[in-house]
Amino acid sequence: MAGKDVDSTEVLKAGSAAPSIKRRELVAGLVGLSGAAVAGSALSASTAPQRISLDPTRAPGASTSALGNRAGGEQPKRIPLGIISLTPLQDLHGTITPADLHFERHHAGIPAIEAAQHELLIHGMVERTLKFSLADLKRFPSVTRTCFLECSGNLFTNAPEQTTPQMLCGLTSQSEWTGVALSTLLREVGVRPGAKWLLAEGSDAAVMTRSIPIEKARDDALVVYAQNGEAIRPEQGYPLRLLLPGWEGNTSIKWLRRIEVADQSFMTREETSKYTDPLPDGTARQFSVVMDARSVITTPTYPQHIEKGWQEIRGLAWSGRGRITQVDVSIDAGRSWQPAVLQGPVLPKAHTRFTQPWHWDGQEAEIQSRAIDETGYVQPTAKQLLAVRGPGSVPYHLNPITAWRVAPSGEMFYRGDAWE
Amino acid sequence: MIRPYLQYLLPLALLTVAHNSVAQGKAEFGLGRVVSEAEIAAWDIDVMPDGRGLPPGSGTVAEGAEVYAQSCEQCHGAGGVGGHSGSLVGRLEGDQFPFANDPGIKKTIGNYWPYTTTIFDYIRRAMPADAPGSLSNGEVYGLVAWLLYRNEIVSSDTTLSADNLAEIRMPARDRFVPDDRRGGAVVR
Ligand code: HEC
Repeated sequence: MAGKDVDSTEVLKAGSAAPSIKRRELVAGLVGLSGAAVAGSALSASTAPQRISLDPTRAPGASTSALGNRAGGEQPKRIPLGIISLTPLQDLHGTITPADLHFERHHAGIPAIEAAQHELLIHGMVERTLKFSLADLKRFPSVTRTCFLECSGNLFTNAPEQTTPQMLCGLTSQSEWTGVALSTLLREVGVRPGAKWLLAEGSDAAVMTRSIPIEKARDDALVVYAQNGEAIRPEQGYPLRLLLPGWEGNTSIKWLRRIEVADQSFMTREETSKYTDPLPDGTARQFSVVMDARSVITTPTYPQHIEKGWQEIRGLAWSGRGRITQVDVSIDAGRSWQPAVLQGPVLPKAHTRFTQPWHWDGQEAEIQSRAIDETGYVQPTAKQLLAVRGPGSVPYHLNPITAWRVAPSGEMFYRGDAWE
Repeated sequence: MIRPYLQYLLPLALLTVAHNSVAQGKAEFGLGRVVSEAEIAAWDIDVMPDGRGLPPGSGTVAEGAEVYAQSCEQCHGAGGVGGHSGSLVGRLEGDQFPFANDPGIKKTIGNYWPYTTTIFDYIRRAMPADAPGSLSNGEVYGLVAWLLYRNEIVSSDTTLSADNLAEIRMPARDRFVPDDRRGGAVVR
């Protein structure tokens, strides 16, 4: 990082214990030993000794490669916690999540699937029971769509001040997905009259299942085999997953192997025991699948230190019900709000970038964001949510406005709400 | 080359219309392969709330107790309570449903699950977590019988099979309501 500011001759002196090294070039390990900070970032890039040119204009650079790597100092990471891993929202720009940083939620691990052997069975209330190979599916008209995918349990409730956006709500990611419209497959098999629901089933060890209303299947459901231009990752359902834009992630069944068409829902464990929302009136909301509008500031946030003066507040906003129409930002703990700039194109059911200039005067302050979608829904406060849902209605569909506090020192902290 | 086929076009068009009105049309792309009944049966393991899909076989509470002790207890606790992978047993006084107001109350089969068929379906497909799919249908029937017995829903001499499993009413059966969130101004 500091490399560009360090005079090469100085570093050479420090590293002069190795006389065979050419001027302006050093073995990365020696630079590390010399105590100069120059190669600190490069050290982690590769295990092989690497030649670092202190002035990149004075020596030819590296050659081409079969597979690219991230720059040595750029190593964003998911936080893996067993059954979930979280996307590093604060380290990313724009709206696309690199596929290897897409959040994960598995119920029985990631299966190893031989793509050539994998087939999708569609049966039940259909004219033609058929099995489709991956090659078959790729011959159908292809559809590409960019949308977010979010776990409905995407809030770390009662999180401490030392919480990053990643830890707070890193169970949302966005990709450009490619596959075949489920409606196309349903026409191919011929759905019989009276069909109302589908069962989608995965071929992992949980044999994960969810019931999907036929309206959603015909509307915008996709069966996808590609993510951000390449085959989907094993942890995202390779070789095939369902993708239900705007719906809670669990319904987008990974490692999809079977779709059964039926006249009623199947009442699987994931839509009864789990993924239902108890309400204070003694009922529980079921098939609560749409992800309501939400936003989160991704920078500046914990653990950043900011300096007085110009900042750009940046974040993501999204809604499972369509387009984000407005994001408001507050720099005074929610007392007043100003509309942020939305980075277009604003896609429906997609992460949308918002930005807002901020001149920080060095005083204690609190920044917040709130999303508004095309239905007129305004992202609620934690207090509003608690009032209508009750403190025990966890962990699903909690999308409160979240706040970040800056101390006079410039340190940023998460300013959480007590969830009780 | 086109001419000889012209004579077929009109009848074909009429035929398609007729076919559509009866049977939802033909395959558009002709992709995919026909599947045997045996292939479908090998994958078609779901059980619906009205009992469709329940396989042959039967199991008793006593048989279920034995399987539970051997294959489930280490994760779900003795008697179905307190294991690290979640309690399966527990009824609430008067079958109340206070979950939204009290985050401390554990959801169990006895106080939260609306259908018995879900228990069968889930155990057969996903449990035991360290060897999913390893249980016989009879063992699964027995486990469901034992879990219902432990939750004070059936008596200790119960035998379950496709004939009676779906008929058993769960305490939380009427608690579930459709999603009423619709976007718009109201927070629900
Ligand atoms: C190795 C540990 C392990 C063993 C052994 C095991 N389970 Fe489980 N069980 C789990 C885990 C973990 C989950 C939660 C899985 C998830 O959420 O996806 C679970 C979930 C369940 C559930 C759903 C609970 C709920 O409230 O939704 C039932 C029912 C169940 N197990 C029954 C059984 C039965 C019956 C057996 C014995 C045949 C068994 N389990 C053996 C680990 C285990």
